[in-house]
Amino acid sequence: MIAIVDYGVGNLFSLKSSFAYIGVEAIVTGERQRIESCDRIILPGVGAFGDAVQKLREAGLDQVVIREAEKGKPLLGICLGMQLLFDKSLEYGEHTGLGLIPGKIVPMRGVVPDTYKVPHIGWNALHFPKGKPCSPLFKNIQEGDHVYFVHSYYAAECDPWISAQTEYGTLVTAAAENKNVFGTQFHPEKSGAVGLKILKAFCEI
Amino acid sequence: MITKRIIPCLDVRDGRVVKGVNFLDVNDVSSPIMLAKHYSEGGADELVFYDITASFEGRRLFTDILTEVASQIFIPLTVGGGINTIDDFDRVLKCGADKVSVNSGALRDPGLIPAAAKKYGDQCVVLSVDVRRVDGRFTVFAKGGRENTGMDALEWIRQGVENGAGEIVLNSIDTDGVKRGFDLEMLSAVCELVDVPVIASGGAGCMEDFTTLFTQVPKVDAGLAASIFHFGEVSIGDLKRKLQKDGINVRL
Repeated sequence: MIAIVDYGVGNLFSLKSSFAYIGVEAIVTGERQRIESCDRIILPGVGAFGDAVQKLREAGLDQVVIREAEKGKPLLGICLGMQLLFDKSLEYGEHTGLGLIPGKIVPMRGVVPDTYKVPHIGWNALHFPKGKPCSPLFKNIQEGDHVYFVHSYYAAECDPWISAQTEYGTLVTAAAENKNVFGTQFHPEKSGAVGLKILKAFCEI
Repeated sequence: MITKRIIPCLDVRDGRVVKGVNFLDVNDVSSPIMLAKHYSEGGADELVFYDITASFEGRRLFTDILTEVASQIFIPLTVGGGINTIDDFDRVLKCGADKVSVNSGALRDPGLIPAAAKKYGDQCVVLSVDVRRVDGRFTVFAKGGRENTGMDALEWIRQGVENGAGEIVLNSIDTDGVKRGFDLEMLSAVCELVDVPVIASGGAGCMEDFTTLFTQVPKVDAGLAASIFHFGEVSIGDLKRKLQKDGINVRL
C-alpha cells in the first residue's frame, strides 16, 4: 500500500488514478498512523516551496516523512515534493527543506540562457549520467524517453545524487536519489506510458 | 531539448464529443473517453476539452466525463468553456484537469486571472484569445468570436501574462476554418511580446502547415487543432514523424 501524503497542496487526483491504473493500492492521507502503516510514500506538491514546507510542518508531517525515510521506507517526491527533499530552497527568500538529499533549490532564470522560457513547461528527454548505475526507478525506461515538466526552480549542487538530467539550454536536474529516497522534478503521473513505468518501478523497489 | 507539442482539441456538448469522427479503433466516435485514448495512444502531447454545453445538467455530465478521462489518460489535460469564476476552476481541477483555459470569463471579470493564478499557480492558468484583424489592428473578440470588444489583442495578452496567465492559446479568427495554415504574422507578434508558452490555433489544414508553423515562428511551443484530427485527415503519429523528418524536435 502506498501513502500519497496529503498536506493541502496540489491536485492528487491524477496520482491516485495512475496507481489505480497500474493496479497498485494507494491512499491519499494526511494521518500519521496511516502513513506509517504503508510500505511506500509519495510526497507530491505544486506551488511555492515556502508555503508547502510550512503546511507540511503545520500538519506535523515533515517529521513523519523524515522518520519513515530514515527507517529505509521507499519515498518518492514529485515536482515540488522532490524539491522539499533537499536541504534548502532559495525560492522567495531562503527556506529549509527536509534534508534527505544534499543540495539546494535555485531559480532556473539566470542559469538557463535568456532565450529559454521559464517556467520550463512541456515534454523533455531524460539523460542518465554516464558512469553511474541506472536508478531502480528507471529500470523499465530508455535514455531519451520523454517526460512532462512544469517548473521554474531546480535542484543544484547535488551532482553525486543526480540520477537523471534534462537539457534546457543547460543540463537541469530531472531526478535525484539518496538510498531509499527518490525525487523526480517531472510529473510521472502526466508522462504517459513512460511515467506509468516509472511509478511501477517505484512500487517494485 | 524541449519538444514542440501537438494538441488535439475536443468540443464536448452534454458529455459527448461533437463533430463526427471515423477511426478504425474507435467504435463510439462521440465518446470523449474513447477519443481521448485514441489520441493519447497516437502520441498527442496534451488534450484540450472544450465544454460547449449551456445547461447546468450538461455541465455535470462534462465533469463526470472529465473525471473518467482523467482516471485513464495520463497526459496533461486542459479544460475550457464556461470558466467564469474561481468555483469553475475548482470544479474542473477536482475532476482531474491540470490547466484551465479562460476566455470570455476573463474579459467579463479582469480579476479572474490574477485570483486563479494566486490560488492555483501561473502554470494552471491558460489565457485563450480569439483575435481578428479590424482596420489592420489585432482585436479581441468575445463570445466564441461573435462579438468585437474593440480591445487591442497585444495589450490584452500582455496584461494577461502580467496578471499570471502561464500560457497563451492564440486563435486567429482570420485563419480559423480556412485550412490554409496558421496565422504566422499574428503568432510572431505575440511570441515577440510574451515569454510564456504560446499555442497556435486556427488554420491547420495539412501536415505541412505544422512544419511551416514551427520553422517560420520558432518561438511557438505548440500547435492545436480539432477538425483535421477528428476527421482523420491527419493522424498525430504521421504528423509527428513528418515533423521529426523536417528537423523539428517532437516526442515520438
